[in-house]
Amino acid sequence: MSYNSFHHALKILEDVCIGCTHCIKVCPTEALRVKQGVAVLSEDRCVDCGECMRSCPVNAIIVEQDDFSRIFDFKYRVAIVPSVFIGQFPRNIPTREIYSALHELGFTHVFEAEHGTRLLSQEIEKYQAEHPRIKPLISSFCPAVVRLVQVKFPSLVENIILLKAPIDIAALAYRKRLNDEGAPDPEIGLFYITPCAAKIAAVKSPVGERISLINGVINMNFLFNKVYGLIKKSDKVSCPLPEKEQLRDKEMLWSLTHGETGFAGGRSLAIDGIENVIEFLEKLENNSLGIFDFLELRACDQSCAGGILTVSNRFLTTERLINRAQKFLDDGRINNTRNGTVDRYEDSLRENIRIDEVRARSGMKLDEKISNALKKMQKSHEIFNQLPGVDCGVCGAPNCMALAEDIAQGNAKITDCIFITSTDIAQNKLSVREAMEIRENIWGKEKFRNTGTEK
Amino acid sequence: MFFEYKIGGGDFTRAGYASSEIKKIMKQLNLDPKLIRRIAVAMYEAEVNVVAHAYCGIMKVNIEKDKIQITVKDEGPGIADLEKAMTEGYSTASPHVREMGFGAGMGLPNMKKNADKLFIETKEGIGTTVEIICFIS
Repeated sequence: MSYNSFHHALKILEDVCIGCTHCIKVCPTEALRVKQGVAVLSEDRCVDCGECMRSCPVNAIIVEQDDFSRIFDFKYRVAIVPSVFIGQFPRNIPTREIYSALHELGFTHVFEAEHGTRLLSQEIEKYQAEHPRIKPLISSFCPAVVRLVQVKFPSLVENIILLKAPIDIAALAYRKRLNDEGAPDPEIGLFYITPCAAKIAAVKSPVGERISLINGVINMNFLFNKVYGLIKKSDKVSCPLPEKEQLRDKEMLWSLTHGETGFAGGRSLAIDGIENVIEFLEKLENNSLGIFDFLELRACDQSCAGGILTVSNRFLTTERLINRAQKFLDDGRINNTRNGTVDRYEDSLRENIRIDEVRARSGMKLDEKISNALKKMQKSHEIFNQLPGVDCGVCGAPNCMALAEDIAQGNAKITDCIFITSTDIAQNKLSVREAMEIRENIWGKEKFRNTGTEK
Repeated sequence: MFFEYKIGGGDFTRAGYASSEIKKIMKQLNLDPKLIRRIAVAMYEAEVNVVAHAYCGIMKVNIEKDKIQITVKDEGPGIADLEKAMTEGYSTASPHVREMGFGAGMGLPNMKKNADKLFIETKEGIGTTVEIICFIS
């Protein structure tokens, strides 16, 4: 696949966007600008972390999902369910009832995404032993983090562990199993219930994989409403479930913060929240943090429990999952026999667990060629010195430096700055009408029609 | 292009600020990630040395299309035994500095390892000037 095009799951609804500055201010890669009164996303920079969606006051940013009815294109309809989905439900709803509802909705099989984590943790250990010189190794679990490293920390791409994420291992294993049970490939549809946008992007344009192993993605909040509604209104006995494998307690907690560090060997650290991750990676680039063996980095606060498509409060989800895992231990249901789907295909899964090189995307560059980039940089610094340094966002860029860079690249004008135009008007260099047109161009005419009038 | 940053001696909360700014610039210039890493490490060590040992300092960075030159000049105690200071693990950092997680005796060796050229000029009781040069291919 081409590394120049990146699929993004985050979409801005132009007719809903009110053109405020919330999203442009929180984007960790400065990928957003306001133009003609709506937020516009730069595809090269976006890492699908979803911070913009969290900050939007009018829900104008959505996560595009596959149409649910698409599951019926397949005879074998598998829901790959991450454990945080279970964590969305109150404690008194048993897991089997949730799965039963999924069957009722049309899925023929349910398989937990974390079934591959035990195998993965062994492979991580092996990977660590094979790469003693790369320290620290960075987990490839969180797709937003992988993309963040590619775009903003290109010198750290070699630290990313080139192993599949648990969901892909689970998908590979389950497909093999169905194949063995006589299901032909085109009839198998694997659908991942995602807690975040980054996972969707990872499915639609995988990093380090030529094709995706998943057929479609369904948003967790969408499915939660369907499942919860079904559970609430039906008092009938759940539909019969095919015998299901049980996740082990540690596997159940893999996607939570510290889920991976519990498995990793050596000195390891778990960091969640994209700002925290960025702060840490900045220091890591200077080698100023001492030596670590393994880093678990997650873009969302409370890891996947805090995904933008979750419904329940992230702290509650974490507590519920810990309780469920504990209950599972208390019940003595721990099953150490190795007869699960993943165990059955262990050898072939291990053979296919590596992914290709993860390449730097260097999304922050001003130009491909250094001589041009230097010229643009020179220009942007000269422009920056003329700007007020208020970082108000009225130009449509997140801060003065970003505007200066946009101007240097030919994507904006210095008159986009309201301080500059005000000065120009005062010095009779610009008419009020001209200044107004500039403002309308950024924020749209509508904004000014409604401003200053009583509503 | 030319950049200049002041470095305050003893101010560990700000240690790494100048290096961070230059790193951002190097990424915008689309320099090779491996080169960025080398420069980042060398530059950070030089900056932290000023914070850990000197009273104050100044970092000057000159970026041309074929090389990047970083000069860190400080007013401070100077280095009494430069040869020793170049050996890994040798450190004159105070216990206070070590408690902060600095002063592992890797500063100058790390600079040497990561720079294409390294020049050090030091006078006891006056200060030290470190010049790091990396070539952009």
